[in-house]
Amino acid sequence: MKSEQDIILGEVTNSDYKYGFVSEIEADEIPKGLNEEVVRLISSKKNEPDWLLEYRLKAFRYWKTLEFPKWANLNIPDIDYQDIIYYSAPKQKPKLDSLDEVDPELLNTFEKLGIPLNEQKLLSGVAVDAVMDSVSVKTTFKKNLAELGIIFCSFSEAVQDHPDLIKKYLGSVVPYKDNFFAALNTAVFSDGSFCYIPKGVKCPMELSTYFRINAANTGQFERTLIVADDDSYVSYLEGCTAPQRDENQLHAAIVEIIAMKNAEVKYSTVQNWYPGNKEGIGGIYNFVTKRGICQGDNSKISWTQVETGSAITWKYPGCILKGDNSIGEFYSVAVTNNFQQADTGSKMIHLGKNSKSTIISKGISAGKSQNSYRGLVRIAKKAINSRNFSQCDSLLLGDKCGAHTFPYLDIDNQSSIVEHEATTSKIGEDQIFYCNQRGIDTETAIGLIVNGYAKEILNKLPMEFAVEAQKLLQISLEGSVG
Amino acid sequence: MTIKQFQTKNTMLKITNLHASIEGKEILKGINLEIKAGEVHAIMGPNGSGKSTLASVIAGREYANITEGKIQYIGKDLLDMLPEERAREGIFLGFQYPIEIPGVSMVNFMKSAINEKRKHNGQEPIKAAAFLKMMREKKAFVELDSQLANRSVNEGFSGGEKKRNEIFQMAMLEPKLSILDETDSGLDIDALRIVANGVNKLKSPENATVVITHYQRLLDYIVPDVVHVLYDGKIVKTSGKELALELEEKGYDWIKNHIN
Repeated sequence: MKSEQDIILGEVTNSDYKYGFVSEIEADEIPKGLNEEVVRLISSKKNEPDWLLEYRLKAFRYWKTLEFPKWANLNIPDIDYQDIIYYSAPKQKPKLDSLDEVDPELLNTFEKLGIPLNEQKLLSGVAVDAVMDSVSVKTTFKKNLAELGIIFCSFSEAVQDHPDLIKKYLGSVVPYKDNFFAALNTAVFSDGSFCYIPKGVKCPMELSTYFRINAANTGQFERTLIVADDDSYVSYLEGCTAPQRDENQLHAAIVEIIAMKNAEVKYSTVQNWYPGNKEGIGGIYNFVTKRGICQGDNSKISWTQVETGSAITWKYPGCILKGDNSIGEFYSVAVTNNFQQADTGSKMIHLGKNSKSTIISKGISAGKSQNSYRGLVRIAKKAINSRNFSQCDSLLLGDKCGAHTFPYLDIDNQSSIVEHEATTSKIGEDQIFYCNQRGIDTETAIGLIVNGYAKEILNKLPMEFAVEAQKLLQISLEGSVG
Repeated sequence: MTIKQFQTKNTMLKITNLHASIEGKEILKGINLEIKAGEVHAIMGPNGSGKSTLASVIAGREYANITEGKIQYIGKDLLDMLPEERAREGIFLGFQYPIEIPGVSMVNFMKSAINEKRKHNGQEPIKAAAFLKMMREKKAFVELDSQLANRSVNEGFSGGEKKRNEIFQMAMLEPKLSILDETDSGLDIDALRIVANGVNKLKSPENATVVITHYQRLLDYIVPDVVHVLYDGKIVKTSGKELALELEEKGYDWIKNHIN
């Protein structure tokens, strides 16, 4: 007899991706393929200084020597790097001082995604940098922020307007030699967001970057660089979506965060790239390197992520806890459904004394998906009296999916304490029937149970986004249970 | 049996020749049972006699396979309805082992349940203030501590709290037909009294209650109109409340000998 659970699972995991539309926007594209000329071309389109071009070329030459990494618990088809367009920009006027100059179709696109770029219509308290394909199309509330000395702009603008800051910090947390995708990104990145919070300033609004892939055959390679100076605070959000296409598209980003003395940075991600269809066709390959450094004493960086999209997710947001008493946090919910694969987790590198880190990872697997947690906690010899607490929970919906945990611990002193807890559970038929018996249908019941399971993480998100994320979880699992 | 007093009332549940098996083994072997509005029925029987299976079948749990017979509930074919539809139509099952749902608060859970029922009845979702007032009132009913609302469904509840929480939910959902499956098991005498009081206060001429129990003890507090003895998948004896006492005194062996 087919169990009730199987039937339920069969039904709940079949839902449609809401952001799968394509916008008709004329694009300035370069031909497919990757070579030094392409790297030079991107750099010249951005009117970059020589040092940056040199840096890109070094990264590119290094990348050519690398082999594709095989260690992840992922089944990654061969990627033909010559079959990708590395630069695609919506055509528009070069300078944008007011919204009137932005292509209405672009505004429509973001409006449809729930990100109105008109400041009057925006969620009050959230400034947005909207990135479409290879370029930033609009940054809101720039002027208001500038009054406080906060710099919030596209990466390309920052290269022109604040070259010293870029030169000082670019690659300081994620050097291009870090890994295969870091090298690739450094060679071909086209835009992204830059943010600098001056000493003593608490940023009064949420800053956010919204990434949208629109053009076909295009890869998105963006960089985000956030510098929080002494005693400052900022909360940063990132969202992403892409059209529904049968071919896979590559997204390889880098996020670097620098927190100085007593500074605090909260970085939240709601990742909803197109995950591919129910048969596993299409979807984004999401290979991202995110790392922050708690440079100063008493600084704090916390990563919160809700990962529901992408055909393949490969990312390990981490913290280098260099300052004494510094704090690193990682809170994650990763949902995989149908044929999605995720290998995600965190790296906490303790260098400073009394540094503390917390890792809470909740994996939810449904359909035929595979969901792995991979985490590294390293405590250096000098990082005395440090602490780490890691908790990795996996929730399985059905019996065709997999959950895996790969924790690595590397402790070099006697005074530190490291704890690791892991649980695996299934949504029980009992739980579902209990809800049914109170009048709650199975799909709603699963939504309740999954949100209950992920609540600890969702509570860490800024409020407006917690509600969105909650809905997203439900949608991602629709049709996954019966 | 004091049949006379029920005759004028409406039949709520009518089970006719019900056979059900689990994994090929027949558990229920021809149950006939009729319950009318305003009545309290007790179903007693030794372990393994099929009491919990009967409760599950009425609630719609699918692990039991119904091979024969039918169940009419307020004029509808109950076996055609999904478990959640049965619940929305007023069937409530008090679980023998209430299930824990980590991370889902009682408030959220109850609100979902009540709103599903309201939607079913073509009503608007309940207003927050009205809901909270209702929660407060019904909690007092079963002397449940007021922290409950902020806790996850049954998570970390003691055995007694779980059972009281079942009666609390029953009070919130105002069912037509409540089936309490071994609600007395694992309860100390104080908890038993609280649970029984709750059930008694909820009793009305419009609803009916089925109390499933192994022991007579609970029936000191909840006085049934009719007592049935279930044995080996059949109702072998039906009588007034005095049957419970007789059973307690003579033990289930008496029933065994009685039928053999």
